[in-house]
Amino acid sequence: MNINLKVWRQRNQNSEGRFEEYKVQASPDMSFLEMFDVLNEQLIEDGKDPVAFDHDCREGICGMCSMVINGRPHGPKQGVTTCQLHMRSFSEGDTIVVEPWRANAFPVIKDLSVNRGAFDRIIASGGYVSVNTGNAVDANSILIPKEVADEAFEAATCIGCGACVSACKNASAMLFVGAKVTQLSMLPQGQPERQARVVAMVNQMDAEGFGACTNTGACAAECPKQIPLSVIANLNREYYKAKLNGK
Amino acid sequence: MKLESKIPQGSVDTKWTQYKSSVSLVNPANKRSLHVIVVGTGLAGASAAATLAEMGYKVSAFCFQDSPRRAHSIAAQGGINAAKNYQNDGDSVYRLFYDTIKGGDYRAREANVHRLAEVSTNIIDQCVAQGVPFAREYGGTLSNRSFGGTQVQRTFYAAGQTGQQLLLGAYSALERQVGLGNVTMYSRHEMVEVVKIDGKARGIIARDLVSGKLERHFGHAVLLCTGGYGNVFYLSTNAMGSNVTAAWKAHRAGAFFGNPCFTQIHPTCIPVSGHYQSKLTLMSESLRNDGRIWVPKKKDETRQPNDIPEDERDYYLERRYPAFGNLVPRDIASRAAKERCDAGYGVGTTKMAVYLDFKYNMINKYGRTEASKRGIQNPSEDVLLELGKEIAKEKYGNLFDMYKQITAEDPYEVPMKIYPAVHYTMGGLWVDYELQTTVPGLYALGEANFSDHGANRLGASALMQGLADGYFIIPYTLGSYLSKEIHTKPISTDHEAFVEAEKKVSDRINQLMGIQGKRTVESYHRELGLIMWDKCGMARNEKGLKEAIDQIRALRDDFYKNVRIPGSVDEFNPELDKAGRVADFLELGELMCWDALNRNESCGGHFREEYQTEEGEALRDDENFKNVFAWEYKENNQWELHKEELNYENIKIQQRSYK
Repeated sequence: MNINLKVWRQRNQNSEGRFEEYKVQASPDMSFLEMFDVLNEQLIEDGKDPVAFDHDCREGICGMCSMVINGRPHGPKQGVTTCQLHMRSFSEGDTIVVEPWRANAFPVIKDLSVNRGAFDRIIASGGYVSVNTGNAVDANSILIPKEVADEAFEAATCIGCGACVSACKNASAMLFVGAKVTQLSMLPQGQPERQARVVAMVNQMDAEGFGACTNTGACAAECPKQIPLSVIANLNREYYKAKLNGK
Repeated sequence: MKLESKIPQGSVDTKWTQYKSSVSLVNPANKRSLHVIVVGTGLAGASAAATLAEMGYKVSAFCFQDSPRRAHSIAAQGGINAAKNYQNDGDSVYRLFYDTIKGGDYRAREANVHRLAEVSTNIIDQCVAQGVPFAREYGGTLSNRSFGGTQVQRTFYAAGQTGQQLLLGAYSALERQVGLGNVTMYSRHEMVEVVKIDGKARGIIARDLVSGKLERHFGHAVLLCTGGYGNVFYLSTNAMGSNVTAAWKAHRAGAFFGNPCFTQIHPTCIPVSGHYQSKLTLMSESLRNDGRIWVPKKKDETRQPNDIPEDERDYYLERRYPAFGNLVPRDIASRAAKERCDAGYGVGTTKMAVYLDFKYNMINKYGRTEASKRGIQNPSEDVLLELGKEIAKEKYGNLFDMYKQITAEDPYEVPMKIYPAVHYTMGGLWVDYELQTTVPGLYALGEANFSDHGANRLGASALMQGLADGYFIIPYTLGSYLSKEIHTKPISTDHEAFVEAEKKVSDRINQLMGIQGKRTVESYHRELGLIMWDKCGMARNEKGLKEAIDQIRALRDDFYKNVRIPGSVDEFNPELDKAGRVADFLELGELMCWDALNRNESCGGHFREEYQTEEGEALRDDENFKNVFAWEYKENNQWELHKEELNYENIKIQQRSYK
């Protein structure tokens, strides 16, 4: 299939970017990133600069790939990362517009590649249980109802890709933070630091320059792991509870 | 140089306890002035970095990805083994030890494997304490399932995303230490050289992949937790960035490479669909709990799988290995699939695939249980199937979705088509019992070392080993070395060894950039992969391996004449990063072939066609090859072979049988 691409090109964080157009021959069974591989091989052979983009596992779990495709993070399909999107989702002759995540807290490194270090710093501020190696009790000594474990797991499946931020008109990171807060606040192991954690993480989120949440739900709609919007409600609840307790 | 494995004295079940209680310690005040470099932040690296920082060491951690959370451990699907015996099915430390040694076809060290089995139970406790949401039963206890090569249920899991959950646990422990200021994290950094001073590892040269700048980092010890080298085959289930570069630089700096040809070809992966393919996707071994593998009995079958009646199907694993059936170890399942496809019974457009079919168990196992739970009398097959699908969705939902996404076929309705693919490397840097390489102060953990899986790794054992090494082994064994280093003051990175190492790297990069030929890096990698897969893959023979060595040498020569790397050195340049990695693969590939050529026997994943039983099973030669091959790098891609004899004092070695 013949595909026309309009791709965001930006030399580095400080330079201005622009769209460039390319034509590429794809096959329907190719993944979207494999189509970019083909484009890049062409560009290199023509002596041009290939398009920089982030990717690693190519099986939808590492969270590294990050393209806004026709205005939507990770493209048109629900519950799918860019690397798991296949060209069969497009049609012959389509023009596809590809951009990086756009958010102040995610500065562009080059082309489609951005810096998501802010997410690591949010986790470092409190997204953990403080338990040194060797301090654990037998794993079955604390029973956790299956429904609780399943719901904590659902929140824990966040891959930290940042699509939620990219989808949000305010570039809010509430879905990302809410997912981690929900996971740990549901489990007995997360209780001792429950209130301190949510306050620290929200403070760090604000310090990184992510915007506020206005409940449009775009984040949950675009999340490739389909983290539900309810984690944001939960985050708010946890935050108010902690604040009322003077944390 | 003589290989010292440093295995402690005493009976196998007391060695580790004895070692721990007699190893030298470093007092808390001294720990604060000792600096440890950890390269790689997967399960082994993140757990090691976090734990060492908790203990008081100063740690610098490096990863090439944009965040430590993205290391490829994240993609492990099925589970993690531990000898908890929560299922009351007769499991024990000894059985896990025994299964792992046998699964590895008697090519792993008893002492290491026993230690691994011992600490396996602590790992589960630690992860649960971190808030890892493992699957649970309704009563609130942890759930288990079976994996290949075992007859007990000892695998803990979190749906088909166990690696992700374990890595996020280790990552959060690591980030906690970053937040506390005990770990300095360097993301988008690649280790490109080991710095040695007076024979000891004293630091690394790292390249900042965003600015392209070379950096010098000092450490009293250097830990390589950099994963496996399956990407030498180009197509594998590894992440695109997974590479051998750090381990290879260590190898060239004096660390011996152990059993490089021991690679694991995983039986259940989505088959190759076209020449543009960039990677292969695994379908977890856990699917073999409920999926039955078969091919049609008739060659060139044209009917759809659901239209082929039961008696015209060949469930070849159940036929050949009735005791373990679909849950034979990976090497055996892979070879059996290859055998059927080579004999002309393969399915799909390429005829290089077999069916993995869930229908029988969805109906008979899950459907019937659900029906009786819900009090449905005499349910029809269709009702049972619908009920069974619900359970399959709960157990394997994400895997089924991924399969559908990639192939556009619905595995709830039609059998999956699968074929073996490169997945894991049992070989790696040779390490002693303390996980130290042959370079003092340089350690290798997790998949990067060769140590625990012999010639074939059992499913759900990689996560176990990575976390064992990082959480529970290196924190003790590193003390043995660092307790003697407490007087070593931090060495300035202006030291000539750092200057020389940096120059070596920058010369290498300039050489690559200066070639400006015609071919892309990718095209060389692809060609190397084809050579490796054809001649050093699932089946190997002398003639093929010799040809492969010549072809790889020719390809390497051409690479240095004709590769084209765009862009410049001092910018974000993923093509340059890739070129450095492929250059190392072009050397490693040759060594793998030499290793396979010299090992004149078949064992585990290493199948030499000249050495097989009448039934086509691997034929070991314990007389001559009950040993580890440890290769020492000499100048200009020449190697010297050293051997470490393996002694089995607790397990009687015999021909591995799963019949």
